[in-house]
Amino acid sequence: MSDTIIQVRNLSKVFGEGENAVCALNQINLDILQGEIYGIIGLSGAGKSTLVRCLNLLERPTSGSVVVDGREMTSLSEKELRQARRSVTMIFQSFNLLMQRTCLHNVCFPMTISKVPREKARKRALELLDLVGLSDKAKAYPAQLSGGQKQRVAIARALATDPKVLLCDEATSALDPTTTNSILSLLKELNAKLGVTVVVITHQMSVIEEICSRVAILDDGAIVEEGRVEDIFANPSTDAARRLVYPGGVIPEQVRADSRVVRVAFNGGTSYHPLIASLAIDCGVKVNILGADTRNIDGKAFGSMLLGLPEDKNEAARALSYIRSQHNVTVEEVEYHG
Amino acid sequence: MADLMEVFSAAFWEQYGNLLWEGILDTFVMVGISTFFAYLIGLPLGVLLILTGEHGIAPHKLFHRVLGWVINVGRSLPFIILMISITGFTRLLVGTYIGVKGAIVPLVVSAAPFIARMVETSLSEVDAGVIEAAQSMGASTFQIVWKVYLPESMPSLVLGGSISIITILAYAAIAGSVGAGGLGDLAIRYGYNRKVKSMMLVTVVLLIALVQIIQTVFSRVSAKIDRRLK
Ligand SMILES: Nc1ncnc2c1ncn2[C@@H]1O[C@H](COP(=O)(O)OP(=O)(O)O)[C@@H](O)[C@H]1O
Ligand SMILES: [Mg+2]
Repeated sequence: MSDTIIQVRNLSKVFGEGENAVCALNQINLDILQGEIYGIIGLSGAGKSTLVRCLNLLERPTSGSVVVDGREMTSLSEKELRQARRSVTMIFQSFNLLMQRTCLHNVCFPMTISKVPREKARKRALELLDLVGLSDKAKAYPAQLSGGQKQRVAIARALATDPKVLLCDEATSALDPTTTNSILSLLKELNAKLGVTVVVITHQMSVIEEICSRVAILDDGAIVEEGRVEDIFANPSTDAARRLVYPGGVIPEQVRADSRVVRVAFNGGTSYHPLIASLAIDCGVKVNILGADTRNIDGKAFGSMLLGLPEDKNEAARALSYIRSQHNVTVEEVEYHG
Repeated sequence: MADLMEVFSAAFWEQYGNLLWEGILDTFVMVGISTFFAYLIGLPLGVLLILTGEHGIAPHKLFHRVLGWVINVGRSLPFIILMISITGFTRLLVGTYIGVKGAIVPLVVSAAPFIARMVETSLSEVDAGVIEAAQSMGASTFQIVWKVYLPESMPSLVLGGSISIITILAYAAIAGSVGAGGLGDLAIRYGYNRKVKSMMLVTVVLLIALVQIIQTVFSRVSAKIDRRLK
C-alpha cells in the first residue's frame, strides 16, 4: 500500500532562454504513494499543468528526476516513453474527446493505438462505459453529451490501458458543483475499486477536501507546503496555503487570539443562511462570519466559510457540535499563528 | 440574340454535340487527375506544415520556414505564367506540353501549394487539447496524423476539397485556352475565334453548373459527416 509510485526529485522547468526565461517549476520534490489520491493545488499560473505534464514527460523537465512505477521517465527513449504513458494516463479540464467519434470509439482509441484487437477493445470499452455509468451512450457523439458525461467518457478512455496512475488536470473546473461532486465520487470509487493512484490538480480547495488524502501546495513554481489534508487545513503555515484555505482571503489579525475559528465546508447540503440562522435560533449562539466563498445552486450550498466561534467555551462547543451534526457539511478547527 | 437561340436547334447539337461531350469529358479527366495528384503532394505538405510549426508535435523551425517559402513561391505565380515557364519540365515528365496530358503537370504544380495551405488551415482547427490527449495516451506522430488530425478535420477538409476542385477547374479552363482541350478550349476556339456565340454560351453555362454542383455536393457531404453539429 505504501509503495511510492511517483517520485519527483529536484525537478525544475524553465521555459525560454536568456532574458525571456520563465522558471515555471523550481526544485520540486514529491512522493506519491501507490493507491492514494494526491492533490496538487495552486492558483492559476502556479505551474500545476507544467508539473503534471512533467510526470508523463509531455513536458521534458529542464533538470531533475521523475520516477514513475520504478522507471526513470527522463531517460526513456521516445518509443519507451509512449509505452510508459499507457500506464500514466490523463484527463483534462476541456475533456479533449475526439468530436468525430462515438463514445465507444473514444474509449477504444487508446487500445487501438496500442494494437489491441478490435473485438477485445470493443468489449473492454463497453465494460468501461458501464463502469462510469454511460453504457447507454456508447453510440452517442461527444457533442450530444453534457459536460459531466463527457468527463465520464474521458475517464473511461483514460482507464482503457489499465493505468497505474490517473492524472487529472483541473478535471472538474469546467463543471458545475453538483456535477463536480459526482465526478469526484466517481474518481474516489474507481480509486477504491481499481486501486489506481489518482493525482488531482486543481485550484479549488473544495476538490482537495472532498477526495484527497494528501496535498501539495504549489506557489509560483515551488511546493511551499505538503502533507495530510487535515493538517494543512487545520494549520496552514504559509501565506499561499492561507490564501487557499481561508475563504475570502481573511486576514489573521482580524481574529482575536483567544477565540476559536472553524472552517465550514458546504458540499451541496442546505444553504448556508439557514445554518447560521438556525445556529442562533436552535442553540442561541451567534457566530461571526469572518470570510465566505460560497455559492447557492438550486438551493444547495457549495464552498466554504470561516466562522469565529463565541468566546464562551460552552457556547463554542455547542455551536461546533451543532454544525457537525449537519448533513453535507464538514468542519475543521483552524489554528492561527498570528 | 438570334444566334444565341440556335442553342435550341437540332442542327446546333448535331454539329457541336459531340465536341461538347468530349470537352466535358476532357475537363473531367484533367480536373480529376490533377486534383488527385495535387492532393497526393499537397496533403502531406499541409500535414508537414502543421507538424513542424511552432506549436506542432514535431517542431522544426528551419524545415518549416523553407517549406513555407517554397509553397509561397508556388502560390505567387499566376497559373498561365507558371504553365508557360515549366513547359520543359512538363515535357520531361509526360512527353508533351500540349493537350490534356500536358495540362495536368502545371495544374498539379500550381494546385499542390494551394492545397497544402488549405490542409494546413483545416488541420489547425483541430483542438490542441485533443492532440495533447492523444500524446498522453502514447500515440505516435503517425497515429496522431492518421487517427486524430485527419478524421477530426474531415468536414473541413471536404469543404476545402470543393474549393480546390473549383480552383483547378478554373485553371483547367485557362489551360484550355492555350490548347489543352476541355471546355475552356471550346470556348476559345469556337466561341471566341470563330464567333459561334451559342458555343460560348453553352460552355459558360456548363462551367457555372459544374461549380454549383461541386459546391453543393461537397457542402452537403461536409455537413453530413460532421458530428459536432447534432
Ligand atoms: N509552453 C510554455 N512556454 C512558456 N511559458 C509557459 C509554457 N507553459 C507554461 N508556461 C508558463 O509557466 C507558468 C506556469 O503555467 P501552468 O503550468 O500552465 O500553470 P497552472 O496550470 O498552474 O495555471 C506560467 O507562468 C506560464 O506562463
Ligand atoms: Mg493549468
